[in-house]
Amino acid sequence: MNEPVEPRKPPFKLPDGMTFDPQNGARAFVKHGHTGFLGMQYRAHGEDWMELAMPWREDLVGVEETGVLASGPIISLLDNATSMSVWTRQGIFSPQVTLDLRIDYVRAAVPGKTIIARAECYQIRRSMAFVRGVAHDGDVNDPVAHTAGIFMLVGSTEWTRK
Amino acid sequence: MSEYKLPPYARAMGMEIDHIEDGVPIIGMDFADRTQGRPGYLHGGAIGGLLEMAGYAALRAELERQGNDARMKPININIEYLRGGVKERTYARGEVLRAGRRVANVRVEAWQGDREKLVASSWMNFLLAAPKEA
Repeated sequence: MNEPVEPRKPPFKLPDGMTFDPQNGARAFVKHGHTGFLGMQYRAHGEDWMELAMPWREDLVGVEETGVLASGPIISLLDNATSMSVWTRQGIFSPQVTLDLRIDYVRAAVPGKTIIARAECYQIRRSMAFVRGVAHDGDVNDPVAHTAGIFMLVGSTEWTRK
Repeated sequence: MSEYKLPPYARAMGMEIDHIEDGVPIIGMDFADRTQGRPGYLHGGAIGGLLEMAGYAALRAELERQGNDARMKPININIEYLRGGVKERTYARGEVLRAGRRVANVRVEAWQGDREKLVASSWMNFLLAAPKEA
């Protein structure tokens, strides 16, 4: 059994309620660390959705003989796109961590093609944000993967004991 | 077990076979900027990628043990993130619950310094496809 989540400080500090500008925020976000290494790019957003792209690269391949991209980078892309869809829907930065993420690989990605993740935050409550999305390689109606996940809004007062 | 080479993605991420435990490869990955999400913590996708590599490696070892030459095709994965991954080496090990005629069901767990304190737990399902004609 997992321990109940203990109240704790947010894991990193962003100014409380800092406005999240999806376009500039996403552009800044994908430059660093793992997202920067994978070469993620901002593409588009709406009220509650975010679209990120990740160009195919030889060193991200999962099957050397075929050139098919590994699924790890697709998990990362979907993780980031879904996470940013939460901030986009909220309009602010709030600290969040992934509770769980499920990915269904419905077909192999075509070697050489850019992967695009389109993700939406379809429900948000005080402490949890519910997300879903797809990854495709050009046609959103012919995805390579589907995802569904939940983010914990760790700054929520839901866990504050009086 | 035959020589098992991790794919380009895994090598680029700094993953390697740390050691073999009861015939199962344990995959290790050092913390680095390329694995970092929010400052000071592992990216959830890097953890996911590590879990998958350990899942593949464990299933491959089991299929070899069975003399099964099926091709492994990932169907899906579900990852539970149990605690933040800190600036330490991360390990992952897969356990094949069942490798049948059509599919294989694999559990994979990841941890850091303390093996009892899991960073993430996951299940993966694989399609076991007939080998391509020689």
